[in-house]
Amino acid sequence: MAYDAVLAETVGIRGHGDDLVEAYIARPMAPGPRGGVIVIHHMPGYDRESKEVVRRFAVLGYDAICVNLYSREAPGAAPDDAAATARAQGGVPDERFVGDARAAARWLRDLPTSNGKVGSIGYCSGGRQAFLTSVEVDVQAAVDCYGAFVVGTPPEGFPLQVQPLADRVPEVRAPILGLFGNDDSYPSPEQVDELEKLLQENGKTYEFHRYDGAGHAFFSVDRPSYRPEAAVDGWRQVEAFFATHLAV
Amino acid sequence: MCTYSTEKIEVARSSGKGPEGWFPLRTATVYYDHPVHAPDEHTVNIDFLNPEQGPGARVAVELSLDTARELLEALRTTVERAAHH
Repeated sequence: MAYDAVLAETVGIRGHGDDLVEAYIARPMAPGPRGGVIVIHHMPGYDRESKEVVRRFAVLGYDAICVNLYSREAPGAAPDDAAATARAQGGVPDERFVGDARAAARWLRDLPTSNGKVGSIGYCSGGRQAFLTSVEVDVQAAVDCYGAFVVGTPPEGFPLQVQPLADRVPEVRAPILGLFGNDDSYPSPEQVDELEKLLQENGKTYEFHRYDGAGHAFFSVDRPSYRPEAAVDGWRQVEAFFATHLAV
Repeated sequence: MCTYSTEKIEVARSSGKGPEGWFPLRTATVYYDHPVHAPDEHTVNIDFLNPEQGPGARVAVELSLDTARELLEALRTTVERAAHH
């Protein structure tokens, strides 16, 4: 039997603007060195399922952290109330997210078990933010799970603070893994094509997997959008991608 | 919840009842997106909020598209009828 103890708990870290923000971490208790993973929660918030994903990465052998991106708007609130508050206030500004993600990367690298490598993975709005980390944060791998508005333009009068990132593709500095459902509208298959073309044209390292019979949020085990076949294969791709790019 | 599609209105002279009882409403956000609880992939969601009283001051509904259409009609009928009072 292999030793498989994991420690998982809530901690405070200094995020963007030196603000104290809540984060959920999980770490294998076996000695390192090993890579770290930043988990970026979906728009419905820092919920139980997001925390399960953090623990899963620890079980897979990574130090993992998920910052509660709604810490400032709704400290201590139920995840759905926090998400509603954040939505009403226009969502999370990119600059603030980037500050929090850099803090999470620092926190991972400061662990005595760190091998210096950090990856990111995000779901839904977090998919777009994971893409953003490949430009703005020192990460060695980024996984975009069905992030909308990496390309494509939000409709006019759109109240949320979300801008497309197509013009940032030349600045991408980490390999990208993209996982998408072919029945999704945000992002649509055409938008995924557009992003792929931009990555190709700019000579970036990327790998896309697209799933038939799956739409948005196919990894969400507690929602009707869950698609086991896509999710099982998606996890396999994530494990292989991080094993390649976050190894010692 | 990546349609991101959100309409927001200011709410005046209105109240809602949340877990802590009645409170004055300040804003409402209306969006078609993934629900937390309702058994559909997308629903019409409404959050009535009072930010001054914190994130828990919230009355939330997640409506199927058919129900949202019926509600819209019911609201229209009621508001039109109110004009004659």
